Amino acid sequence: MEKIKTPKELEKLRQAILAEQKPERLQVTVCGGTGCLSNGAEQVVAAFAEEMKKQGLNGTVNLKKTGCHGFCERGPLVTIHPQDIFYQRVSEKDTAEIVAQTLIKGKTVERLLYSDPQTEEKISRHDEIPFYKHQVRIALRNNGRIDPTNIRDYIASGGYAALAKALTSMTPDEIIREVEKSGLRGRGGGGFPAGRKWRSCRDAHGDVRYVVCNGDEGDPGAFMDRSIMEGDPHSVIEGMIIGAFAIGSGQGYIYVRNEYPLAVKNLTIALGQAREYGFLGKNLFKSGFDFDVRINRGGGAFVCGESSALMASLEGRAGEPRAKYIHTVERGLNDKPTNLNNVETWANVPVIIDRGADWFASLGTAGSKGTKVFSLVGKVKNTGLVEVPMGITLKDIIYKIGGGILKDRDFKAVQTGGPSGGCIPKSLIDMPVDFDELTKAGSMMGSGGMIVMDDTDCMVDVAKYFTKFLEEESCGKCTPCREGVRRMKEVLTDITEGRGTEGSITMLEELSEAIALGSLCALGSTAPNPVLSTLRYFRDEYEAHIQEKRCPAGVCKELITYSILEDLCNGCHRCFRECPQQAISGEAKKPHQIDPAKCIKCGICYDVCKFDAVAKK
Amino acid sequence: MHLGLFLCALCDLCGYMGEFMFNITIDGIPLQAEKDATVLQVARENGIEIPTLCFNEALGPEGRCRLCLVEVKKGNRTRTVTSCLYPVEEGLQVQTQTQKILLVRKMVLELLLARCPDSEVIQKLAAQMGLEQPRFRLDEGNWKCILCGLCVKTCEEAVGVSAIGLSYRGSIKKVGTPFVEPTMVCIGCGACHFVCPTGAIKMTEENAVRRIWGRDFKLQACKVCGYNFAPEYQLEWMSKKSGVPLEFFQTCQNCRK
Repeated sequence: MEKIKTPKELEKLRQAILAEQKPERLQVTVCGGTGCLSNGAEQVVAAFAEEMKKQGLNGTVNLKKTGCHGFCERGPLVTIHPQDIFYQRVSEKDTAEIVAQTLIKGKTVERLLYSDPQTEEKISRHDEIPFYKHQVRIALRNNGRIDPTNIRDYIASGGYAALAKALTSMTPDEIIREVEKSGLRGRGGGGFPAGRKWRSCRDAHGDVRYVVCNGDEGDPGAFMDRSIMEGDPHSVIEGMIIGAFAIGSGQGYIYVRNEYPLAVKNLTIALGQAREYGFLGKNLFKSGFDFDVRINRGGGAFVCGESSALMASLEGRAGEPRAKYIHTVERGLNDKPTNLNNVETWANVPVIIDRGADWFASLGTAGSKGTKVFSLVGKVKNTGLVEVPMGITLKDIIYKIGGGILKDRDFKAVQTGGPSGGCIPKSLIDMPVDFDELTKAGSMMGSGGMIVMDDTDCMVDVAKYFTKFLEEESCGKCTPCREGVRRMKEVLTDITEGRGTEGSITMLEELSEAIALGSLCALGSTAPNPVLSTLRYFRDEYEAHIQEKRCPAGVCKELITYSILEDLCNGCHRCFRECPQQAISGEAKKPHQIDPAKCIKCGICYDVCKFDAVAKK
Repeated sequence: MHLGLFLCALCDLCGYMGEFMFNITIDGIPLQAEKDATVLQVARENGIEIPTLCFNEALGPEGRCRLCLVEVKKGNRTRTVTSCLYPVEEGLQVQTQTQKILLVRKMVLELLLARCPDSEVIQKLAAQMGLEQPRFRLDEGNWKCILCGLCVKTCEEAVGVSAIGLSYRGSIKKVGTPFVEPTMVCIGCGACHFVCPTGAIKMTEENAVRRIWGRDFKLQACKVCGYNFAPEYQLEWMSKKSGVPLEFFQTCQNCRK
C-alpha cells in the first residue's frame, strides 16, 4: 500500500474506493455494537451472508457489520440502503425473509418495521423515525454507516481529508484558532474549552509534549465513548493527529478502560491501518511532522478517568490523582506538557477542521456549541445512544426522541452527569440542555449519561447508589473523600433501612460541604452532588423515610410491605407457586395471605399477579 | 533556595527588591515569599501555625491529609487549597482560619478519629478543635493508621528500597509488604516506624533482636560502647550500597564522632 502523501492522492483514493464499493448498490448494514452483539447480531450477520450466497447475491449486494446504530432498545438493527429501510428486533430466522422480500423483490417486511407507539403507524425510513429524526449526528456521523475495521470505508466517507487539509494548508496556530473559534468544550465532563487547552499546552515550556485520549469512560451506564471507539475509531485517531500537529507533540496515547475489549480491538486495527496508509508515522503528508499513537489499557478503576490519575497509570504508578495547582498542560505525563481530551472531543475535531469553526458554532447555544452524545436510559421507551444539538430541551429528548416514559407512567426526574451529577425534577423539564444550564440546576452535563426516572424510583435510593459507587471507586488518597463518602453512604443506608434520625439530613449536608471543599480531585469534590441535588428537589422523600419510616416510591426493602388485597384476589394460586420463600398461604379460589415474617420483599408475587391484587406500600 | 537567600542578602545591601521575592499576605499580615516556596513554608518561616499530619520536610508534599487547607485569593478568585503544595504568587492573599477552613479541618479530624479512635495523636488534635466523640460508628482494625503515606514515601525516597507500599483503594487501602508477607527487601531500619505521625507501625526490640514487618533482625552491638543500635542486615546493606567497608558501620553514630 503506497502511503498517501498529498490531498490529491487522498481524493483519488477516495474516488477509487467509491467506484469499487458502488454505494448506489443495495447494501445491508447490521449493527455490531456491543449491545446488539449480545442480542445475537453476529448470528444475524452470518445468516445474511449465508442466505445471500445461496441466492447468488454476492457481488451485487454489500453486507456490512457496522458500529452502534444507537437505537439499542430495538436491536439487533438492520438498515437496507439506499432505500434507508430500517428493520428492528431482527433475529437470524428473519434474514431469509428479508433477503427474499426486500433485497430481491424490493418489498418491505412489515412486521420488522418500527411502529409509532401512539398511532401504531409503520415507519420504514430510518430518517423518519422520531428517534433518529431529531438527532444531529456529528460525533456519531459514521456510526452505523461504516465498517469500523476497514479504513477504506472511513476514507470513502471523507475521512482523513481534514488531516490532509490541516497538515498541508494550515499552520498549527491556525488550527488552534479554528478550534478556539468553534467553541468546542470538553465532552468528558469538565467542559473546558478545548482550544484554550491546546494553546496552553503549546505555549508550555519544554520540547516534548504528549496528547492523550481519555477512553476510560467510567460513569455507570455511559457508553457514548465506547460506541465511538468501537464504531468509528478513525475519527478519534484523526482528531488526535490534527491536535498533535497543532500542539507540537510526537507521541499520543489512547487510554482505554480494560472493560472495553472490542474498542481496544477496533482501535488497534485502526492504528495499524492508519500507519499502512501513511496517516501515522514519519513525515506525514510531507509536512516534516512525525507522530504515532500507543494504546494503554486501564486496570478497572473509575478514578483513572481523572486526568492526573490517568497519567500516573500511564507511567505505571497507582492511579491516584495529584493536586493540579500546576496544570497537566504544563507538567503532565512524565512531567511533560500534556494535552488530554475525551474521546468525543477528539471525534469532533476532524469535522471542525473540515467544515469550519463557524459551521460548528452555528449549532448549539451561546455557551455550549455543537452537539452532545447522550446515553438515554432508564424508564424511557426508546433507550439508546442519541446525539442532539446543545440547547434542545430535556422534554424533547425524553418525549420526542425517547418516546416518553415506559408504561406511560409519570415522569419524575432525570439524572445527568453520572456520579458527579444530579437529578433534574419534572418542574425543570423545559430546560435547554447545555453545560451552564445543567450546572445552574444543581446537576452537570458530565460525560452524557441521562437516566430517566419515574414514580417508582426512590430518590434516596438513587443518591445511595451513586454514593456507594463512589465509595468503592475512591482512590483513598485524601481523607475527606475516602472517609467522608463512606460515612455519607452509612447515613443514607441508615435512612433507607429505617434508622434515619432527626440529625441525618444535617449530617449529610455537613459531610457534603466538607467533602466538596476538602477533596483533592473532582471525584471527591463532586461526590456530594447526587445527595445535594436530591435533597434540593426531593427533600420530602428523605423526610418520609426518616420521620414516617416510609418509602413513597416503594423501593427501599426495609420500609415496604407486600400484602394481598382481599377483594381483588381470586385465589388463582399463582403467587403461591412463584414465591421462593413459601411465604404465601391460601386455599384455592379463596383470598391468599402473605406472611410478613417470611417475606423477603423480592417482588415476584407483585410481578406475576394478573389481577393487581398484590399491594406494595 | 540557597541561591535565592544569597541573592536576597545582596538585595538588602543594595536595596533592590528583585524578581525573587513575592509580596503576599497571610491572615492579613504582609510577608515576603520566595519564588517556588509553598504557602506552608512561608507560614512556618514566619511563625504562623498551620496544622499538618502527612507533611514531612525531608520528603515532597502530597496533600493527602487535607489538614493544611487554606483559602487563597488572587484577584477575584478564591479557592480552598492545600498549603503544603500551593506555590506562592505575587499578591496572593491567604486565610488560614476562615469558617469554611475550620469546618473542613474539624470534619477531617472527626473522620480520622472515627477511623482510628485509639490514636492519642488524633485524639489530641481533635480535642484542640473541641471535638471529643465522633458522630460516626467507630472503626475497628485500622488501629492508628491514617493513610498519610509517609512511611511508604520514606521507604521509597529516603531509604530507597520500597519494601512497603499501598495496596487496594478507598477506605480499605492498606500499608504493607507485597502480598502481606515478610520481605527480604526490608532492611529493618525502622525509618517507617519513626516517620509515622501516629505510631501506627509496630516495631519491637527484645534480646538484641528487632522485629518489624514480620521479620526478626539481629541487632549490631556497637564495637565501642556495646549499645545495640541497628540491625546487622541494615548495616550490611549500607556497606554494599555505599562501597564503604562494613567495619565502619559497626560503630554507632555517637561513637563514630
